[in-house]
Amino acid sequence: MMTESSPLSQSNVESLAGAVEKRFGGTVTPSKDSEGADLLIRVTDSSVLPGLCKFLFWETGASFGGLIVEEGSREWTVRYLFVFRSGRWVHVTVRKPLDSKILPSIVAEVHAADWYEREAEDLFGLRFEGHPRLGDFILHNEIWGEDLAPMRKAFDVRQQRFEQKPDENWRPTLVVQDPGAFAMPVGPVYEGGLGESIHFLLETIGEDVIRAVPRLFYKYRAVEKIAEGRTISEVLLLAERFSATSAFAHSLAYCQAIENAARIEVPPRARRLRLALCELERLRHHAGAIEGICQSTALSVSEAHAAIIEEQLLRASGAFTGHRYLFGLNKPGGLRRDFDEAGCRDLLRAVDTAGAQLRILEERLRYSSSFLDRLEDVGVVSPESARDLDLVGPVGRASGLCRDLRRVCPYGAYAEYKVETFCEQEGDGYARLRVLFAEAQESARLIHQMIESIEPGEIDTPLEEPASGAALGWVEAPIGAALHWVRLDSRARVERYRILPPSFRNWLGFHVAVEDFAFQDFPIILATFALSAAECDR
Amino acid sequence: MSFWFWHGLRRGIQSTRYPDGPESAPGITPGRPVATPFPSAIEASRAAANCPVNAIGCTGDQTVIDLETCIHCQRCRFGSANTLNWESDFEWAQLPRVKAGHDPLADSFQQSLHIMVVDAGDCGACLREVKQLNNPFYNMHRLGMFFTATPRTADVLLVVGPVTANMRGPLLKTYEAMPEPKKVLATGTCAITGGIFGDTFASGGGVGTLLPVDLEVPGNPPPPLAILHGLLVVTGRKPLLTQEARGMTGPNGAARLFRSEG
Repeated sequence: MMTESSPLSQSNVESLAGAVEKRFGGTVTPSKDSEGADLLIRVTDSSVLPGLCKFLFWETGASFGGLIVEEGSREWTVRYLFVFRSGRWVHVTVRKPLDSKILPSIVAEVHAADWYEREAEDLFGLRFEGHPRLGDFILHNEIWGEDLAPMRKAFDVRQQRFEQKPDENWRPTLVVQDPGAFAMPVGPVYEGGLGESIHFLLETIGEDVIRAVPRLFYKYRAVEKIAEGRTISEVLLLAERFSATSAFAHSLAYCQAIENAARIEVPPRARRLRLALCELERLRHHAGAIEGICQSTALSVSEAHAAIIEEQLLRASGAFTGHRYLFGLNKPGGLRRDFDEAGCRDLLRAVDTAGAQLRILEERLRYSSSFLDRLEDVGVVSPESARDLDLVGPVGRASGLCRDLRRVCPYGAYAEYKVETFCEQEGDGYARLRVLFAEAQESARLIHQMIESIEPGEIDTPLEEPASGAALGWVEAPIGAALHWVRLDSRARVERYRILPPSFRNWLGFHVAVEDFAFQDFPIILATFALSAAECDR
Repeated sequence: MSFWFWHGLRRGIQSTRYPDGPESAPGITPGRPVATPFPSAIEASRAAANCPVNAIGCTGDQTVIDLETCIHCQRCRFGSANTLNWESDFEWAQLPRVKAGHDPLADSFQQSLHIMVVDAGDCGACLREVKQLNNPFYNMHRLGMFFTATPRTADVLLVVGPVTANMRGPLLKTYEAMPEPKKVLATGTCAITGGIFGDTFASGGGVGTLLPVDLEVPGNPPPPLAILHGLLVVTGRKPLLTQEARGMTGPNGAARLFRSEG
C-alpha cells in the first residue's frame, strides 16, 4: 500500500540505497550521480526486476516515471524511472546483449507499466515475459507486420511501407460472451471528425458499457525515430510540434533536458518568463477542456462562454508572443525573444479577464442542476485505481493523487513561488471539472506573480561547447507530468530522444472510468479526461 | 436555469465582420513572412539560411517564401540579424502546385455547405483552430457552413495532419463515401507537405499523396480566419488571391521554386 508516513518515502537517497542493497543484495549495485539520477540501481540479474520495482512503487510510495529502451552497439539498456515524493529520481537499469530480447514483465506488480512494455515490444521487438497481452498496439496489426521493430537502429525511417493493403479480415478481440452481447465501435473518425482519431471498442449487453478498449496510435508519426541523428535545434521543432495543445510545456521539458546535459544555467528573467508562458498555456488548455465538458453536456450557452474565454486567451497569446500556440519561443538556454512591458500589461489584462470570466462560468455551472446531474458520480476513478495505474495531472488529482511536479521537484523558477495544488477525493467527472477550474485560477494568479516580479536582464545563455551525454527534463504539462529523455552523441546530435507524455499514462486509466457507466455518459467522461491523442501517439 | 438565457443575451453579438468587413483584432493570426528585399544578395542568402526547413529561398537580393513548407517557427522573425518582413493577414488559401486552375463549387453551395473534418495525425493545433470556427467570434453557422457527422452529406473534406500510415485507410474510406461534387481542402503545412514529420514509414508527406487536393490553406496552424477564407474560396464566395497579390513572389515572379528536404 501507499505509505505516506513510511520513513522511506521522505528518505534521503543513502537510506534508500541501503534498504535496496539489504533486500536485493548481490544482484543490484546502487550508485550515485549518473545521467541525472539521484540514485542509479544497476540490476545484474534481471529476475529481481519485478520485486525491485514492486518495492520501489508500493513500499516506498514512489511514482512510476516510465520506461526508456536504448539500443547500444552491443547491448540493450532498459531504464525504469521512479520519482519520489522528496523529488528524487531513481533510475533502475538493466543491460542485455542485443541478441537476447527477453526481460521479465513488471506489469503484475506495477500496472502503470503495462503500455510502456507493450510499446517497447512493438517498437523494439523486446519480449516481456509474463505480460498478459503483447502484440497489436502502436503498429496496428491489420497494416503492419508484427516483426517490424522500427525503433531498431538498423531500420530506415524513410522506408515506405504503404503498399501493404489493410487486412480486410482483421477483427478485434471481444471478451464479453453473452447471447445479447454486442460491440459498439466508435471512431477513428467520429464527432464529424472534430474528435481526435481514436477508436473505442465498447462492449455491452444493453445499456451499460461493460468493457471499453481505447485503440490509439492512429496518429503515430514516429517522432522519437525521426529525431535520431538530428541536431539539437531541429529536434526542438519536433518537441514543440508533436502535441500543440501543450507545445510550450513539451518544448520546455526538452530544453531542460538539454540544459541538464550541458550543465548550463538559465538567466532569471528567462526562467520567470518561461513559467509565465507555461501557466498561460495551462490556463488556455483548461479553458478549452472546460469548453469540451460544457459541449459534451449540450449546455450551449456555457459552451459559448468557455469558447470565448479560450479564443481570447489564444488571441492574447498571439498578440504577446506572435504565435497563438506559443511555437518558436523556447530554445536551450532560455528564450528566443524578449517581451516589452506594454506586451506584459496587455497579457495581464487578458489573463485577468479570463480569470474573472471563468469564475462567473463556474458559479453558474454550480447552480445548473441538469449539468451537474450529468457529471456527478459519473466516470468514477477511485483513489485506489488511480494509484494502481499511477494516473497523473488533473485526472489523478481529482482522484486523490495529490502530485504535481511543480511542487515535487520544482524546475526553473517554480522553486521561488508557492504553487497551490488542488485535489479532490471523489474521482468523478465533477471532481475533475472542479480541479480544472481551480488550476486555471491558480495559473492566472501565478502569471501575475511571475510577470510582476521579472527584472531586466539576459534572456538566454548560449550553448557554448557541444553538449554530450544524457539527461532528463521534466515539466508538469497541462495534462500532467511530462518527461523528456535526450542522449546526445559526441557530435552533439540526438542519439536517442524519448518522450514520456502524460496522456500516454492517463489513456491507460481511461477504461476504468468508462466501464459500468451508460453509453450516453461516454462522451462526457471522455471530455472530463481532457486527454490528447496526438500527445499519446507521438 | 433561466439565467443561462439572460446570460447569453447579455453578452451581445461577438461575431467578426469578416467576410463582409475587415477584421484586425490583435492575435487573430500569427502572420506570415513575405518576400523581403535586402541590401545585398549575401544578406538575403543569410536570411534564407535561418530557416530550418528551407522554406525561404532567394532570387538576387530578395527572399522568396514557400508557405507550403513554412512551419511558423519564427526563426526568421526573432533572434537574428537578417529578419524578414511579416504580414499579419490571413487570406492564405492557395492552389496546390499540381493544379492548373481554380474551379469553385456551384452557386448552389453558397447558402449551405457541409464540411467533414478528418484528423489524419495532426498535432492538435489545426484541429483546435478548426473547432474555433464554431465559437461565437467566428460563428461559421451565420455563413451557412456546418460540420457534418457523416461523409454521406459532406461537400468538403477538410483534412488536417500529415496523413499517418494508420489513418490512410480511414481517410480514403471517408473520401470515397462522400457524394459528388466534392472538394478536398488540405489544411495546415502538415496536410500539404507532411511538414516537420516529413515523408517516413509512419507518415506520408501530405494529403496530396493519397487524394486530389483542390485547395490548400498553409499555416502551422492556420488561424481560424484563414481556414474560413479557404472555405469561402472553395464555394467561390471569395476570390483566390494570386501569388503577386499576396506578396509571395520575388522580382522576376519566382516563388515556390524549392522544396524542403526534411
